[in-house]
Amino acid sequence: MELAAQTFRVTRADLVRYAGASGDFNPIHWSDRVSTKVGLPGVIAHGMFTMALVGRAITTWAGSPDAVVDYGVRFTRPVVVPDDDQGTEIEVTARVREVTEDGLTRLDVTATCLGEKVLSQARATIRTAA
Amino acid sequence: MPLDPSFVGRIYPPTAPYQVGREKIREFARAIGATDPAHHDPVAAQALGHADVVAPPTFPVIVTMAASQQIIDDPALGVDFSRLVHGDQRFAYTRPVVAGDELVCVNTIEDVSTRGGHGFLTTRTDVSTVGGEPVVAVWAKYVVRGEG
Repeated sequence: MELAAQTFRVTRADLVRYAGASGDFNPIHWSDRVSTKVGLPGVIAHGMFTMALVGRAITTWAGSPDAVVDYGVRFTRPVVVPDDDQGTEIEVTARVREVTEDGLTRLDVTATCLGEKVLSQARATIRTAA
Repeated sequence: MPLDPSFVGRIYPPTAPYQVGREKIREFARAIGATDPAHHDPVAAQALGHADVVAPPTFPVIVTMAASQQIIDDPALGVDFSRLVHGDQRFAYTRPVVAGDELVCVNTIEDVSTRGGHGFLTTRTDVSTVGGEPVVAVWAKYVVRGEG
């Protein structure tokens, strides 16, 4: 079963806010000068910010903010965030892989930006909604 | 300099307790756009059976990323921070983090290897309360990019 796609807009302002909230001030997430110097195409989103947005999608599908039992991802491609008002967009979809007898639902999750996968092996286990 | 494989299995001393504040959970939830009332309103969280506001699933990274400095800054292991790339991240929850938790991290190095000129490091952080109640186990995999 496929779950309804969810999209998340990401702007530079979001990265600044996430840096402050998370304490991850790596300049590749706010400085074009530093990010291009280390060979990136520009400022990129924190991998953990992408993971947090995908986590929002998962809790929304679960129907409860406390239903996630296990959640893991591999970061495969950076999310480049241009310095404009539109930023970029991450689309998140998922497929139900398994519903277990002990009340758990296992999801295979896909996150894309500009049509390219930004995560691989993204999997979550949630408590099945009653 | 290749990472020292003899570090596999090393367990570091518990970190100083991290006090999870209600406003920190609200701030983190706002930063990721998580609007569920249970992240913001203690009454809504209590209706779900929690003592106080509930942290979003990736909130524990605030605690574990700070704790992992113990490993990344270990001069004997020799990680070059400027070449460190975050590869994988996983959380296995016993229960969600809630405001008021005092959390202690125990870091274990699960794997160290060098392949194709790059270093690979897998860490496991067991997060529990100061009272010893397990909360979440957190794995991170890093690539230390080779030179040249």
